[in-house]
Amino acid sequence: MASSGAGYDLSASTFSPDGRIFQVEYASKAVENAGTVIGIKASNGIVLGVSKPLLHKMVVPSTCSYKRIHSVDEHAGIASTGFLPDARQLVGRAIDEAANWEDQYGVKVPPDVLADRLGYFMHYYTLSGGLRPFGASCVIGAYDQDTKQYKLHMVEPNGSAASYYGVATGKGKQAAKTELEKLNLHKEPCTVDEAVQHIAKILTMLHQENKDNEGKPLEMELSWICEASKYKHVGVPKARIAEVKAWVQEQLEEEDDDEEEAMEE
Amino acid sequence: MMHSAESQNLKDGEVSTGTTIIAIPFQGGVVVGADSRTSTGSYVAVRTSDKIACLSDHIYACRSGSAADTQALTDYIRYYLQQLKIETGRPARVKSAAHLLQKLVYQNKDNLSAGMIVAGWDPVEGPAIYSIALGGTCLKVPFAFSGSGSLYITGLLDSEFRENMSKEEARALVKKALAHAMARDGSSGGIIRTVAITAEGNDRDYTSELPYGPVSY
Repeated sequence: MASSGAGYDLSASTFSPDGRIFQVEYASKAVENAGTVIGIKASNGIVLGVSKPLLHKMVVPSTCSYKRIHSVDEHAGIASTGFLPDARQLVGRAIDEAANWEDQYGVKVPPDVLADRLGYFMHYYTLSGGLRPFGASCVIGAYDQDTKQYKLHMVEPNGSAASYYGVATGKGKQAAKTELEKLNLHKEPCTVDEAVQHIAKILTMLHQENKDNEGKPLEMELSWICEASKYKHVGVPKARIAEVKAWVQEQLEEEDDDEEEAMEE
Repeated sequence: MMHSAESQNLKDGEVSTGTTIIAIPFQGGVVVGADSRTSTGSYVAVRTSDKIACLSDHIYACRSGSAADTQALTDYIRYYLQQLKIETGRPARVKSAAHLLQKLVYQNKDNLSAGMIVAGWDPVEGPAIYSIALGGTCLKVPFAFSGSGSLYITGLLDSEFRENMSKEEARALVKKALAHAMARDGSSGGIIRTVAITAEGNDRDYTSELPYGPVSY
C-alpha cells in the first residue's frame, strides 16, 4: 500500500484530496514494523503477550530492561508496540489518568474510561500544531471492579479505541489475527490458561516463520489478570511460562510431523 | 444567642441550618430524614426548608451547618456526578459522591462550615451511608445522624437501631428520632422531611405530625 503522499503528507494538519491524513497513517506504519503484541479476553481473565526477539547478543535478556508490558494501576496493564519511547510516554499518561481518577472519585478507573482517555490524548497529538502523532499502539487489559468483568481494549495512533475479544498488532498482526479468528473467541471465550497457551503458540509460530530470526531466540513477555493473580495485573509466573513454552514446542513438533506425513502420502 | 457548634463558625448574619439530619438503611435502600428549621441566631428564617438535596438518581445528601456552604457544595457534587455519569455511562457510586464531597470539604476546610450525610443506593454496593464531618473526615457508617440536634438522640438511636429493617420501620424510626431531637434542640424544628431511596425509585414525604412532642398523639 505504497501510495504517494504527493505533498499532502508534510503535516498532520493537511487532508489529502481523498480524505486521508497521511501523517497519521505513517504513524501506524511505525507500529506495523515493530514487534507483535497479542491480547485475549478469556472467560475468566485477560492475557497480554509481546514478542521480543533478542536484538543482539549484548542486550541483557530480562523483563526488567527494555520492558514492553507495564502496569497502569493494580487492575490494569498495557502492552505496547511501535516506537518504544513513544509508548512509554503513553503508559505514563495512562498511569496519571488512573491515579487521578482514583484520587477524585475514590474508585478504580473503569477500563472503558481509561481507554477513552488514552485515545483522547493520542488524538490530540494528531491535530495540534507542531506535534507529531504517537508512533505506538497500546493494548489495554483491565478488570472492572464494579461490574466484575474483564475488558480488552486497543488504542491506535489515530486515537481510536475499541473493545475486543482478541486483538493483535505489530509486525505479525495479519497472521496473528487469522489464528485468533480460528479460535472463535467471539462465540465461545477460552479460559485464561488456554489463552496463555494460544498466545505463546502464535508468537512462537510467527517468530519461527520469519527466516530473519534464524538463530535468534524468542523472548516473550506475558502478563495476565485473573483470579489466580488476585485480580491484579501481574506477569505470568515464570514456572507457568516455562511449562507453556515446553507445551508449544510439543505442539509445533506434532504439527510438523503431521505435515510431513501428509506430504508423504 | 445559641452558641451551637455551627454558630461559632458563622459570619455575622449568615444563616445556619442548625439541624437534625439522619440516615437509616433498610432492606434494599436507605431512608434519609431532616427537620426543616433554618435559623439566623434565634430568628427562624425559614420554617419549612428542605435540607435533603438530590445529588443523582439514587444518591441524596443531608445538609447541616452553613446553608450557603452546603448549598454550594451540593451544587458542585451534583454537577460532578452528572459529568461522571456521562463519561462512564453508569450510575454513580455512593462512595464516589462521598469521596468528591470529602475532597471539597477537606481542601476548603478553613472557609467552610458543613456537616453532611451522603446516602443512597448503587448497583455495586446496594444501600450505603457516609458521614462527612466538619474537617473533611469521611466515614462509612451503618447509620448516621448529625447536626446540632443529633446530640440528644444518640442514646435513642443506639438502642433502637436494628439491621435489615423494612422501609416502613426505618421511616418510623427516622421520624421518631427527629421528633425527639426537635423537642429538645432549639435550632431544630418545623416539619419532618423524609426520602426513601431504593433501586426502583425515591419516595419523598413530609409530615407535621410529630410522633413525639408537646402534644402527644
